[in-house]
Amino acid sequence: MDHLKALDREDMRALYRFLWLTRALEERLEIIFKQGHVVGGLYRSLGQEATAVGCGYALTAGDWIAPSIRDLGALLARGLDPRDVLRQYTARGTSLCAGKDNTNHFTVPELGILGPISPLGTQLCVLNGVALSFRTRRDPHVCLTFQGDGASRTGTSHEGLAMAAALNLPIVVVLEHNRWAFGTPSTAVAAVAKWADVAGAYGVPAVTVDGNDVLQVYDAATQAIARARAGDGMTILVAETYRMLGHAQHDAQKYVPEDELDEWRDHDPIQSFAEYLIEFGFESASTLKRIRSEVVARLDAATDEVLAEGYPPAEEARTRVFADPALDADVPWTRGPVPGYEGLAWGSRARPTTHPEGD
Amino acid sequence: MENGGTVETTYLGAIREALQEEMRADESVFMLGEDIGAYGGAFKVTDGFLDEFGPDRIIDTPISEAAIVGAAIGAAHMGLKPVAEMQFIDFIAPAFDMIVNFAAKSRYRTGIGAGLVIRGPCGAGARSGPFHSQSVESYFANVPGLKMIAPARAYDAKGLLRAAIRDPDPVLFFEHKFLYRRIKEQLPVDEEVFVPLGKARTHREGTDLTIVTYGAMLYKSTEAADRIQVEDGAEIEVVDLRTLRPLDTRAIVESVKRTGRLLIVHEAPRFGGFAGEITAQVCEEAFEWLDAPIRRVTAIDTPVPYAPTLEDYYLPGEDDIVAAARWLLAY
Repeated sequence: MDHLKALDREDMRALYRFLWLTRALEERLEIIFKQGHVVGGLYRSLGQEATAVGCGYALTAGDWIAPSIRDLGALLARGLDPRDVLRQYTARGTSLCAGKDNTNHFTVPELGILGPISPLGTQLCVLNGVALSFRTRRDPHVCLTFQGDGASRTGTSHEGLAMAAALNLPIVVVLEHNRWAFGTPSTAVAAVAKWADVAGAYGVPAVTVDGNDVLQVYDAATQAIARARAGDGMTILVAETYRMLGHAQHDAQKYVPEDELDEWRDHDPIQSFAEYLIEFGFESASTLKRIRSEVVARLDAATDEVLAEGYPPAEEARTRVFADPALDADVPWTRGPVPGYEGLAWGSRARPTTHPEGD
Repeated sequence: MENGGTVETTYLGAIREALQEEMRADESVFMLGEDIGAYGGAFKVTDGFLDEFGPDRIIDTPISEAAIVGAAIGAAHMGLKPVAEMQFIDFIAPAFDMIVNFAAKSRYRTGIGAGLVIRGPCGAGARSGPFHSQSVESYFANVPGLKMIAPARAYDAKGLLRAAIRDPDPVLFFEHKFLYRRIKEQLPVDEEVFVPLGKARTHREGTDLTIVTYGAMLYKSTEAADRIQVEDGAEIEVVDLRTLRPLDTRAIVESVKRTGRLLIVHEAPRFGGFAGEITAQVCEEAFEWLDAPIRRVTAIDTPVPYAPTLEDYYLPGEDDIVAAARWLLAY
């Protein structure tokens, strides 16, 4: 297999660590969600970790990645600190969004991460601009982004794909065919039997992989990235996978057929990769167990640290709308006392003889 | 024609010059939009730009306004200075999501700004129907994080566009298409034309009534003020906002405190228009100085119609402004 030439034992271990870190971190988030520490919703990527990790690991420093909500593993593989994920979900003042936005909506230029926003598809349009800047500056870096089959139905997704193809931008679009968009199966909202076919509409090649096989994902992503880096343009990478939990923590996914879940549960990306590593002599079962324990210990410390931190100060709500702090939101007019009217009796129509401003 | 260190320049020419000067001075400035390259833009604003600046900096795009604005945001994140052209400002609607949800909120949410300019021709009077004539500023007025400019003069169009390109925040730049070739001014040749954002300008001084306006309505307002001076002897002050956000409330309030009467004139429809916001702010800050109710002269609350009779009825006219001003002066 091609990947055996490219990946050594250290890489294999790193992939396993990122896969497990993704799952363990999400499980930790679920625990603190149930304890009431998470502000708002919690979105998991259970069952889809291999697609995210394989793609994230295939990029190099200076490349940019734009994750969907279910691509935590890609961000961890790009070097994101798990504490920053905990801070985001607990709305800490120390979080990457300073408590002003949630989930993975952060943009971190140093790590090459462009966060999504909740209206899906928009992110691809913005990532095109990052890719365009690479092209303009003759910079050999590339961009990679993810879309669920649900997000791929938006107008902005189509516009973004059309422009990326037309301008021959160095970009890889990973289409995560995870079968569900919130509570609706993709079969009900897309007349697409074979998802690689959508690439034909944009005149770009598509590659389909088993999205639960991290090595297959890594291989295909590496080739698509190399193609983009060489100036040959966009590739659509279709990852066949399955969303194993509801849309968010509040969704018990009663609408999902049990037999489908059972079928995909037998194809768990982390379990199957562990079996592969043991069977081909990369790692022993005890080493994998030690890696898992190390990750959990690290998360214990990270959780303690983050939970000791607080929300941002309330008045921070008015800051950072514009670059110039002089333009920060004008609170007094909304929430008295009104400047210049402090001593004035409301209801009196008498014109003041002097005005505090002196005119 | 050159004349004592100045040269006659159209409003459109001023916009061209601002773009050229900023692109020559700063390699990170680039443009993207529909038909702006070989064709030179629907109004020929970018005619010849492709030859001068090359295809990396003058980028023809698909008819995809959301993708155009999206790419501008991403490029801005990377330190470039994008100027995105909307072929007609009416077509900004498909990019609404990108502007209000991505560009406007980016700095607040993530700390990473989106310093970009979205410019395009707005306004009625050119017999162009409902989709090539709109004034869209109010759509965006309720979105924190955006700056908006609506110049009336060639000088301001040039100076404010240069300031907008250098600004670190997203700026919507509304060019009034009726003024493109009708407005000609003597602009200085050797001195730099630069107008900072956020400053209104007193276009005509007066003591009896303040008219606050912007864009093409500056000219009708000034004509109305001149007529009232001749026919009634009243002195009307005309304040040209130039920048709509951040709004120069101080300039408005100071003028109203001097005159005691306020008329707001704009071309956009009445309901939810800028005049309503200005009215509220003046009531909050200068209620005791008012000698009369605040009045608005605006377009009527309909789409922009096509036939000349209909469009003329739709648009605020000089007679409408004169009538409202006389009513206020007599109050």
